[in-house]
Amino acid sequence: MTRSLRIAVVYPDLLGTYGDGGNGLVLARRAEWRGHEVALLQAVSDRPLPEADIYCLGGGEDGPQVRAARTLIDDGTLARRAAEGAVVLAVCAGFQIVGRTFPGAAGDPHDGVGLLGVETVKPTGPRAVGEVLVEVDPAAFGPLPPLTGFENHGGVTALLEGTAALGRVVVGVGNGAGDGSEGAVQGHVVGTYLHGPVLARNPALADQLLSWALGDVTLDCLDDEASESLREERLATVGGKRRRRRRA
Amino acid sequence: MRPQLASATTRVVNATSRRLGRGQGTVAGGRAGLRLDPRLLEHLSAGRQVALVTGTNGKTTTTRLLTVGLGASGDDVVSNETGSNMPPGHVAALAGSRARRAVLETDEVYLPRVLTATGASVVLLLNLSRDQLDRTNEVRMIAGSWRAALAAAPHTHVVANADDPLVVWGAGVARDVHWVGAGLRWQHDAVGCPSCEGRIEFTAARWSCAGCGFARPEPEATLVIAADGTARGEWADGRSAAVRLALPGRFNRSNALMAAVAAEASGVDALRALAAMEGVEEVAGRFTVRSFGDVQARLMLAKNPAGWGELLDLVAGSKAPLVVSINARIADGADPSWLWDVPYERLTERAVVATGDRYRDLSVRLHYGGVTHTTEPDPVRAVTSAAGGSDDVVDVIGNYTAFYDLLGAP
Repeated sequence: MTRSLRIAVVYPDLLGTYGDGGNGLVLARRAEWRGHEVALLQAVSDRPLPEADIYCLGGGEDGPQVRAARTLIDDGTLARRAAEGAVVLAVCAGFQIVGRTFPGAAGDPHDGVGLLGVETVKPTGPRAVGEVLVEVDPAAFGPLPPLTGFENHGGVTALLEGTAALGRVVVGVGNGAGDGSEGAVQGHVVGTYLHGPVLARNPALADQLLSWALGDVTLDCLDDEASESLREERLATVGGKRRRRRRA
Repeated sequence: MRPQLASATTRVVNATSRRLGRGQGTVAGGRAGLRLDPRLLEHLSAGRQVALVTGTNGKTTTTRLLTVGLGASGDDVVSNETGSNMPPGHVAALAGSRARRAVLETDEVYLPRVLTATGASVVLLLNLSRDQLDRTNEVRMIAGSWRAALAAAPHTHVVANADDPLVVWGAGVARDVHWVGAGLRWQHDAVGCPSCEGRIEFTAARWSCAGCGFARPEPEATLVIAADGTARGEWADGRSAAVRLALPGRFNRSNALMAAVAAEASGVDALRALAAMEGVEEVAGRFTVRSFGDVQARLMLAKNPAGWGELLDLVAGSKAPLVVSINARIADGADPSWLWDVPYERLTERAVVATGDRYRDLSVRLHYGGVTHTTEPDPVRAVTSAAGGSDDVVDVIGNYTAFYDLLGAP
């Protein structure tokens, strides 16, 4: 049965720095290719946030990040739709602002939207920049192939009691809180530091989000030759890094 | 004694490296010289009138245009023409010349320290947008570092693009700023106000922040494009001149006008400088047509979404085959996620070949953009296969190292 799906890219004018708008495009195309009708909405920050089945938040700079969080809290739609079961994918700065608190440019704490039980602070060390390989926790998320992506953030994110990580970092930094975790999952809300965009590099994660949004349906296979070729190359590249690190 | 020795070492190492065929001989010598004398850039700048050109896009071309424009004075002008835009490249260029005037292309992150070392009399700020984010992190941090550096340089004349809010923030507290209405096609990095975190609203000809009143300054010269595509520079004092260039693209007209205003800030009449720029036909290989076997190809460089936006304007109307080559080496930035910020959907009418080290990332992007394409890992084979036996000149767009790989390919 085909359905119509509304996918909102949240505040591309504030959270559009690292190509994460591609996540919305990947979800939209993968739903359309399976015969569903899709409205892909670019939800700019000076309008009320539209009603949608899936919300995608991306990375952004410190100043615009603070503004995005404040605007989302005042608007109220994202928190309400998440409580109603809408799917939320939040990346990098977006991940930080759907948590409880996050740091502004000067390190001062700001309120997040509170969809995920995580708290982010400024790191004492350098920014985390580079390729990442993550093994997804099957207990928290269900079985998924390893996630590949690129992180670029200056934040340390701690999981609060009762919040599950998206997975365990094999290569890279991830949440950076010393527990080897990457991202967070609570209900249909997923947070991660992975760019790439993450859904372009990990179509199985995209399909998991689509399946939630469509009511836990099983999805037909698609022609993922280009993505599979990219995944093989990226996994081989970070696999090489892992071996080099072990030797060092 | 130390500066002379360091300077001589720079020249010798460069000459040797050129003789050995190890590149263009601009970085190795500069590094050697700076090791002997860490203040070599300061010493080599003494007694010269130095102009620095920086920004995300258009640095190399604008440096060339300003060099030619200043040359209209009859003086010799030295410049780091090969695009080595950090101190080793600056030192290498200056050590090889006694010219009193210097124009130095400067990496946007290095501007503060190069300004301090050279005591530049003119700084030209073109634009700021996302590029190599794994290295530069945040565009706003760069604007902030410019602002602090220029506040501490009261004798420097600044020429800045009034249409780019981040540039205006960067130039904002300098003592003498010559604003140019040079245009800004890519506005996506400037919506958040750098002053108060409010929202910047763009209208056709201006911008302002509703929150704090931060707004577009009144320019002393403005680029005006007529309906037929011809460009003019119009000055607030009533002067007006056609901006005619052999180089293509709106962005190059904008670069030329900024260079003309910078020439004037360096004591050379702007209109004379502008006229001299008309003769520049190619800059460091950009827009060069070269052959690969029997196939002719036009080589273009676009290394970030803002640059791609300008080039898509230029190539979208053509039906010629198009090769896109993407690398993610150090000079390109290690993360090609920015491919998703480029509206490649505009290429659906063209036959596209994806190539370069990261052709797989590009292929996934084109797949989701509905752009029919083939892949060929080898860039030269990609160009020859794209021609498909026809006589068409193949359009080739590469990001930084991908472009130079093809320019230098045998």
